[in-house]
Amino acid sequence: MLPLLVPLPPMENDWISFDVPSLMQNFWSATFDGLTFGAIYALVALGYTLVYGVLNLINFAHSEVFIVGCYAVVFTLTSLGFGPSVPRLGLTAIILNLVLALVLAMAASAATAFLLERVAYKPLRKRNAPRLVFLITAIGASFTIQYIIYLVRGPSPEVAITMFRPLAIFDVFGTIIDSQQVVIVIAAIIMMVATERFISKSRTGRGIRAVAQDPDTATLMGVNKERIIITTFVIGGVLAGAAALFYVMKIPSGVQYSGGFVLGIKAFAAAVLGGIGNVRGALLGGLLLGLIGNYGQILLGNSQWTDVVAFVVLVLVLLLRPQGILGTSLGRSKA
Amino acid sequence: MYRKNVLTSLAAAATLSLLLSACANQAGPTTNDTSGATNKVNIPAVSKIDVPSGAVLPKGDGKATCPATTTLAYAGAQTGPNAQLGINIFNGIQLAINQHNAANPGCQVVFKKFDTEGDPNKATGPVTQVVSEPDTIGVIGLPFSGESKATGNIFEQKGLVHITPSATNPGLTGNGWTTFFRGLGNDAVQGPAAAKFLTGKLGAKKVYLVQDDSDYGIGLGTSTTAALGGALAGSDKVTTGQKDFSAVISKIMNSKADAVFYSGYYAEAAPFDQQLSGKGFTGTFVAPDGVKDDQFIKQAGDASSNAYFTCPCIPGELIPDFASAYKEVSKGVEPGTYSIEGYDAATVLLSGIDAGKQTRADLLSWVKTYDKDGLSKHYKWDAKGELQAPTVYGYKVENAKIVPIGPVGE
Repeated sequence: MLPLLVPLPPMENDWISFDVPSLMQNFWSATFDGLTFGAIYALVALGYTLVYGVLNLINFAHSEVFIVGCYAVVFTLTSLGFGPSVPRLGLTAIILNLVLALVLAMAASAATAFLLERVAYKPLRKRNAPRLVFLITAIGASFTIQYIIYLVRGPSPEVAITMFRPLAIFDVFGTIIDSQQVVIVIAAIIMMVATERFISKSRTGRGIRAVAQDPDTATLMGVNKERIIITTFVIGGVLAGAAALFYVMKIPSGVQYSGGFVLGIKAFAAAVLGGIGNVRGALLGGLLLGLIGNYGQILLGNSQWTDVVAFVVLVLVLLLRPQGILGTSLGRSKA
Repeated sequence: MYRKNVLTSLAAAATLSLLLSACANQAGPTTNDTSGATNKVNIPAVSKIDVPSGAVLPKGDGKATCPATTTLAYAGAQTGPNAQLGINIFNGIQLAINQHNAANPGCQVVFKKFDTEGDPNKATGPVTQVVSEPDTIGVIGLPFSGESKATGNIFEQKGLVHITPSATNPGLTGNGWTTFFRGLGNDAVQGPAAAKFLTGKLGAKKVYLVQDDSDYGIGLGTSTTAALGGALAGSDKVTTGQKDFSAVISKIMNSKADAVFYSGYYAEAAPFDQQLSGKGFTGTFVAPDGVKDDQFIKQAGDASSNAYFTCPCIPGELIPDFASAYKEVSKGVEPGTYSIEGYDAATVLLSGIDAGKQTRADLLSWVKTYDKDGLSKHYKWDAKGELQAPTVYGYKVENAKIVPIGPVGE
């Protein structure tokens, strides 16, 4: 019995093997962590989905809108005395500090999204540029912002920020769910529900849907298209700013000039998986992608597999259902 | 009106989340105190080491003469995520060169630095530059195993002797290079020493091994795994640049391991240890020389207090003369990991120049037959370029500082 329990030495060059016992053993912790990541992906995915719904544009620079929010979180909290160690602050002080960081991150991301729209996309729209040009501009803008950050902050990651010590809240099947996971998932879902209600019920939301469905008719009906587009970018930015706070909460040392890239790609994948342009799709896609990645890496016995597994599943789903799981429907008011 | 609703719900969400987090923070320290490791061994720090009495020093006899163009070079990281190890080394070299040039007015050796960022993919450029400068007759570097592997052939082709003060992957000396010399023990020595330290002095029963994907991490992971035998509770791999380790950490928690050995560099080890402690791990964290740096403590914060290190490096800070002279070069910073190894490696080359070995070929054969004490240990290489009888030192984190705890694995 004992020799069987001893794992293979890590150097063993065996090809892919499935470690089912390990998945069973770690199933619940993988689930909870996967949902936590999924919630963060979903918040960022909303930014892709909304812009795509309105402009049919894949805003690849959205990952940089997100990373600017992360920097805002880090700068705010560092200047308030937070660092890698658990802060020794009272209850109210921590709440106030984190609220401040959240607000500043939302503001920073929203401002970045606003500027991005004004500087990179609006001039193109004025000249009626073809859609491909928008896409290339988006990629260019993404790199530009990344390397501006690189010039200012250099290649090293920012110092880790511990916001609070995660506290065990529930015990589910022997696996502990901590406060951090609960906070992130619940807050992210509330924000997404709020966004969905906003889009389906409010006047501006109706405007967003109208522009998504048919920009020209919407303009004729008195919708201010330019205002709607800017609003869409800003909403995406605000949500990315919130995602930034949760991301730093989850991965305290993940803030780096290129740190938004992979997360951005995954959030975009989440949006596509759920059905791009569909607000509920972003939530579903995000959570699924988080779960699949986490299960996959444990099943394959190696942390290096998360992204590979997530994208393989994405490709498979899209082969069977090219429009994504829930379909694309921002314009058709299902949202 | 609806917009107001949205803002209200957003605010509610934010408040709720922050309330929860704040509660968490309040109760945190208590849980930590009660579940704290009670059976943790405390190994006392040592405050002095023996220095070989006849150690060769860079100043020599003061009568050396050499052409004004004679150049030694450092090739290795000056920037990049693991730059601090490189900085420790070239400050050590700089000190040796300064002492040599101050004592020898007739022989002013030029010192040049080439930045590889510690990256195997970027190292070939700067190394090609080094070897194509005819005045450069000896090199100290490269610090990391991956970049050493990528560039060993370039040195070999140009017959340029180079002493690595820190690359420990055992495979490096198996490439048939005649110009490569290693100024410290390799991981075939460090791995078993680390395993013995874990299960012996630290009393670990179940060790979880995590290795990164670098040549160094893989090589050391392999030798440590083999030496741990039945005490290995599980193992996993992480990627260079990885930021989130939650999946690995849940595996560690579920395996009920009482110690973790991390085979890699501090850039990943610091967030790893921080997240590990955050999840409530109360065992010991042991890591090798690639992690032993103040940057690890800076980046991991309080979490680093559970850390021990193994290192085939000598605690240069315990040699008073060296430490005080070093601080003048480094602007007040204490000698770090591999500072003294860099100093000793430079001394080997400088003593060759002083003895009239002022071409690449002469200096290479000087190093081959070298058999003298340095400040940190005795230097004599075998035919492959490995040192004979190196020691492995243990270190631990105490009051946010790395302190030596004496030789381990003996």
